[in-house]
Amino acid sequence: MKIIVCLGNVPDTTTKVKFVEDNTKFDAAGVQWVINPWDELALTRAMELKEDSGNSVDKVSVITVGGKNTEPTIRKALAIGADDAVRIDLNPEDSYVAAYQMAAYLKNEQELHIVFAGTESSDYNGAATGGMLAELLSVPSISSVSGFELEGDKVRISRDIDGGTEHLLVDIPMLAIVHKGIAKEPRIPAMRGIMMARKKPLNVVPPSDVEALTEIVGFELPGSKPPCKMIDVDNAKELIDLLQNEAKVL
Amino acid sequence: MAVLAYMENWDGKFKKSSFELVSYANALAELLETNIIVLSLGPVSEDELSKLGNYGARKIITVPDVLFKTLDNQVFSKVISVVAVNVGAEVILFSHDNAGKALAPRVSVSLKAGLVSGATGLPLSVDPFTLRKKVFSGNSFARQIIKTDKKVLTLAKNSIEVKENRGSVEIEVFQPDVQAGDFKIHMEDVQKQTGKVILTDADIVVSGGRGMKSPDNWGPIEELADLLGAATACSRPVSDEGWRPHQEHTGQTGKIIAPNLYIAVGISGAIQHLAGVSSSKFIVAINTDKDAPVFEAADYGIVGDAMKILPELIQAVKEMNAS
Repeated sequence: MKIIVCLGNVPDTTTKVKFVEDNTKFDAAGVQWVINPWDELALTRAMELKEDSGNSVDKVSVITVGGKNTEPTIRKALAIGADDAVRIDLNPEDSYVAAYQMAAYLKNEQELHIVFAGTESSDYNGAATGGMLAELLSVPSISSVSGFELEGDKVRISRDIDGGTEHLLVDIPMLAIVHKGIAKEPRIPAMRGIMMARKKPLNVVPPSDVEALTEIVGFELPGSKPPCKMIDVDNAKELIDLLQNEAKVL
Repeated sequence: MAVLAYMENWDGKFKKSSFELVSYANALAELLETNIIVLSLGPVSEDELSKLGNYGARKIITVPDVLFKTLDNQVFSKVISVVAVNVGAEVILFSHDNAGKALAPRVSVSLKAGLVSGATGLPLSVDPFTLRKKVFSGNSFARQIIKTDKKVLTLAKNSIEVKENRGSVEIEVFQPDVQAGDFKIHMEDVQKQTGKVILTDADIVVSGGRGMKSPDNWGPIEELADLLGAATACSRPVSDEGWRPHQEHTGQTGKIIAPNLYIAVGISGAIQHLAGVSSSKFIVAINTDKDAPVFEAADYGIVGDAMKILPELIQAVKEMNAS
């Protein structure tokens, strides 16, 4: 059985966000690129499943839609343990284009088992690619997945809901849209993994022809806020008074 | 032409975010000079459905089938798409919550309708159809155009005031062409937290960070939250250490929340944490380090030891509640 992990390439989450060209483009100068945090957790969980001899996962593949500049991120995923990688050679304009490209490639797979996608990307926060991919592939999708176990050819899922967790049983093929909790901490590649990653296959495939459904036309930075009103530690009770009578939130 | 709003229910009940979505749908329909239709899937009483009429819903399509009690993304989005076509919906609306994020992308593909997720208000312009949304985890905004005739939106929480607009409601029962076998997701059981305020719904949140020093020190956080009718939350290191459950983690990779009041205790305010709470109306910071970045995001701050300050705040809230 194979697990395919969708991989996003995003600016490091501590990046100080800036825009150029009259606020129409993200300023990528000096930016450190990383695996999208949720995709990294998804990959970690996929590796745990493969290493568990109690189930039949024998391969983990990663797939990404991006230019050559995304290859360091892909190599990192291979160093963490993915067996091979596919890069569809295009900078996607929106989630639909990204999902369409991956679907066009995955439709050629002989047999589709399990696909993992992160709940959203930390840059454009579209929260869409996983769901769109599932619809394009006509497979069930489960969102808000915080637990994933295999049981023969069925999947046992923990799905977070507002104020609780549901335990679900699902057949494969399926696509899991994962978030916090799916794996404890993302894996850090070991030196041996980094060495091996250089030899693992990274297939670059040309994009399919598709038009974006949306377009980002500009960016804005948030306005500045008034300074924090400090309350003396010896008069902490004043805070409650301010919250009640000035902010009017109590 | 119509604006179609998908209205999720929680065990047959709606909540504040539902009324927000109806208010938004109503304002959007006015802007587009069209009418609003609400779609509800799963068993919801007529009384509960009628509540949506207080916020501008005039026509509600309901599928009361018990099969729709468990969310199945594939089946739900199929039914929503069918109804959208039947009523000639131009815009299909969802809340930007677990269910909305699960369904909107599938509906977007099946209708070939461009999706903007997490819209923070009404369109900036109708032609081209332009929305503002948060990007880079709340560190900036983007203006995004939908290029297709049909449009799908998910609405971020606290993006519009709930507005009363009472009138009569027409409820229509719809029986979609769906069989039990179409549902591929089987619910085994569900665990629900009881007696606690749900973090994503809470108007007030009291949150603790590593500055609390030990999981044994959470007593005053919980007491203050109880007294304020607030939910409890925590920062990422605290959930990673296992001091608190991961469901409480607020921040970029945890829960994104937008309460009226967020009280951050012993949280230094890393950019990833602030990304999850920056939509709060008011932020209070309590920290021993006067240079902690959390004070830049906060509206009110106290520099000092939380274990000394919290009991005083608890006392003050007790006095407030008593008066």
